[in-house]
Amino acid sequence: MIFRKKECVAMLLAGGQGSRLYALTTKTAKPAVRFGGKYRIIDFPLSNCVNSGIDTVGVLTQYQPLGLNEHIGNGLPWDLDRAFGGVTILPPYQGQKRADWYKGTANAIYQNLAFINRYDADYVLILSGDHIYKMDYDKMLDYHKEKGADCTIAVIDVPIEEASRFGIMSTNPDGSIYKFTEKPKNPDSTNASMGIYIFNRKKLQDYLEADEADPNSSNDFGKNIIPNMLAAGEKMFAYPFEGYWKDVGTISSLWEANMDLLGSKPILNLDDESWRIFARHSADGPQYVGAHASIENSYITEGCEIHGTVKNCVIGPGVKIKYGAYVEDSVLMGDLTVEAGATVKYAILDSGVTIGAGAIVGEDRASGAEIAVVGEGVTIDAGAKIAPGAMLSV
Amino acid sequence: MTAAGLIFSNIHDQSTPELTRVRTMASVPFGGRYRLIDFALSNMVNSGITKVGLITHYNYQSLLDHIGTGKDWDLARRSGGIKILPPYITAYDNAAGQKLYASRLEALMGARDFITRCTEDCFVLSDCDIICNIDLNAVIEDHAKSGADVTFVTKCVDVTDMLISEQVGVISADADRNVTDFVMTKPTGEVNLYTNIMVVSRNYMMNVLADSVAHGYTSFFRDIISHSIGKANYRIYEYDGWYAYIGSLESYFACSMQLLTDEARNGLFYVKNRPILTKVRNSAPTKYSDGANVKNSLVADGCVIEGTVENSILFRGVKVGKGTVVKNSILMQDTYTGSDVSLNCVITDKNAVIRDGRTLSGHESLPFFIGKNGSV
Repeated sequence: MIFRKKECVAMLLAGGQGSRLYALTTKTAKPAVRFGGKYRIIDFPLSNCVNSGIDTVGVLTQYQPLGLNEHIGNGLPWDLDRAFGGVTILPPYQGQKRADWYKGTANAIYQNLAFINRYDADYVLILSGDHIYKMDYDKMLDYHKEKGADCTIAVIDVPIEEASRFGIMSTNPDGSIYKFTEKPKNPDSTNASMGIYIFNRKKLQDYLEADEADPNSSNDFGKNIIPNMLAAGEKMFAYPFEGYWKDVGTISSLWEANMDLLGSKPILNLDDESWRIFARHSADGPQYVGAHASIENSYITEGCEIHGTVKNCVIGPGVKIKYGAYVEDSVLMGDLTVEAGATVKYAILDSGVTIGAGAIVGEDRASGAEIAVVGEGVTIDAGAKIAPGAMLSV
Repeated sequence: MTAAGLIFSNIHDQSTPELTRVRTMASVPFGGRYRLIDFALSNMVNSGITKVGLITHYNYQSLLDHIGTGKDWDLARRSGGIKILPPYITAYDNAAGQKLYASRLEALMGARDFITRCTEDCFVLSDCDIICNIDLNAVIEDHAKSGADVTFVTKCVDVTDMLISEQVGVISADADRNVTDFVMTKPTGEVNLYTNIMVVSRNYMMNVLADSVAHGYTSFFRDIISHSIGKANYRIYEYDGWYAYIGSLESYFACSMQLLTDEARNGLFYVKNRPILTKVRNSAPTKYSDGANVKNSLVADGCVIEGTVENSILFRGVKVGKGTVVKNSILMQDTYTGSDVSLNCVITDKNAVIRDGRTLSGHESLPFFIGKNGSV
C-alpha cells in the first residue's frame, strides 16, 4: 500500500432515476431507496468495496441527489472518511469549454477521468447502484490480473428463459469473451453481465476519449464501450460470480429481494460477521414489542414500536404499528405509522407514510393481487381502501 | 455561558460489583444497546458541549473500546472532542508508594492540566450511574443567571423502592433554591436526591483545586461542599423528567424493567431532538422466525428469535432458540440460548451461553446473574 497511490479506484454509477420504481423514486435516486430494514441499496456496493480493500470510491450522482448526498456524507459509516481517498461525490459540473449532464454511463466516467488519474490508479472498477449482492471485488481483480485482461466483466449464470433480459456474454473455455449481445432474443449463453467491470486505466481512458469524439455514440458502457473493445480485439474476460445477486430495479424485484431475507435459512443472509453491510444509522432506541403484539417470520429494525400483528414483513427503523393493526407480506421502509385497526397486505410503504385507523391497503397475496405502493409522505385517511396494484405519491 | 464536560467513569463501581468486575460503571450495558456513559455523553452533546474529559480509574479497557475516537457522539474533533484522562502517577510517585486516586477530589486534581486548559465558563460534572435525558442547557442557563458557584441537579423522588445499596447525596434547599444542607446518607421516603450531575463555575473550580492542594483536602463533599454551605453560592436545579439510578444489581434489574413502560421510553429515547447516541455496531435488523412469540419486550438489532420472550430486554446479537422461554430477564450482547431453555429473572452478561434444556430462575429481588463469557 502506497499512501499517495491507489491500485484500484471504484466508480459507482448512482445517477439513474430508476423510473421503474415509480412512486419510490419520485423524490429519491434509486441507490438511496431503502432496503432490508436499515439499509439503502448503495450500502451494498459501498460495503463490498471496503470489505474488498478498496478505499477510494467516486459516487457519480445526477438525479435527485439530496437523500443520497446526506446518506453518504463524509463516508464515516463505511470508514471511507480518509485523509487520501475515501468516498467522493461526483456530480456533473460546469467546465471551461462545456457544461453537460452525464449523457450516459461512459460519459459520466469520461467527465471524471481527472478523479481517477488523481490517484494514479492502475485499475478502475465500475459499479452500479441498483443491485443487492455481497461480492469480493479483490478476487475479481486477482482474476483480471491473472488473465492479463484489458477488461473483465463479472457474469452470473441465469436461467435460459430469463437470459433475454440481460446483456449476454459468450465465452471461450478459458473465459475470454468472443461475443456480447445486449438483451438477445435467442441467447446462446446464460452468462449475464452484472454491470460490474474492471478496466486497465489507460485502456479505459483511450476508449472513453474515442467514444466522446464519436457524435453518434450513446456514451454507454453496454452499448458502446464494451462492443467497441470487443470489435478491436482487446483482451476481455468474463469473471463468473456465484452467490446472491439481484437487480432491484422493479417494484416486484425489490419486494422479492426484501423477502429473500426471511425464513429460517434465508437466501440472503445479512447477519454475517465476515461480510458486514454498513449503513448510516439513525440514533433510535431498541425496538419495543407490546404485550398484545404478534410477530412472525419478520425482519425488524431499531426504533420500532410494534403493538399489532406482523407477518412476513421487512420493517425499517422508527415504524409504529398500533394496537389491532395487521400487516402481512409487506415492506415498510421506515419512519411511518400504521394506525390502530388498519390492514396492510402485500404492499410497499415508503418512509413518512401514515395509514389511517381502520384503512385497508392491498389484498391477500394469495389472491393473485398486485403489490400496492404508497410513496414517501402519503397519508391514507382513516377507513380508506387502497386497491392492490395502486401506486400512490404526493 | 460556555461549558465543558467532565465524566467520572468509575465512581460508584462498588455498588454493582457483579457488573463492574470486568468493566467501569461507565461501560455497564443498559437498555438493549447502550452503555451507561452514553446517557451522560449524549446529554452533553445534545446540549452543545463539544469538549468532554473522561476521567478513568481502573478496568477501563472496555470503556476505551466503546468510546474509540468518539466519532459516534460527534466528539472526534480537531479542537475539543473527547479526552480520556487516565489516572496520573509518575514513576517517582509510584516508587514513593503513591496510590491511585481514591476520591472525586483527587480525581479532579489528577485532571488539573485538562481543567486548567479549558477556557469554558463552567464545567458540567456527571457520574455514570444515572440514566436520564436532561436538557443541560437549561441547567447551565439557570447557573449563569443565578451567578452560583455550584448548581446541583436534584430530583425529588421516593427512594423507598429504589434499592440503593450505598450512601447517596441528599440536598435540602430553601424556597429560593439555595442549598441549606448536603448529606451523604441512606435515606428513606421522599427526598431531594442529588443526581450526581452538577455545574461548577470555572473560577470556583480553580479555587477549589488550589485550596485542596494547599490544605491537603481529599474529599469533595466532606472537605469542600459541607464546609462551604452558607458561605459559597450553592444552588439546586430541580429536574422533573424520567430518571433512574443504578444503586445495586437489584436496582439495575428494576431500572431496566422500567424501560418496558411507555413513560420511561418516551422520557428517555423519544425526546425530540435529543437522541441517545451510542457506538454503532452495524448489526443486521432482528429476525423473528415463524415460531417466535414476543410480548412486552425491548429488543435491539441483530437478534434471532425463534422462541418465546416476555417482559425482557434483549441486547444486540442475542439468539433465542426454538422452544426456549425467556421471561423477566435481561440478556446482554451476544448471549446465546439453545433450544428448550427456560429463563426467569436472569441477567446474563456478554457472550453468555446457555445450552439446550437448561432451566434457570432467580427472583426480582435477587436476579440470577451469569458473568461475562459464562456458560451453563
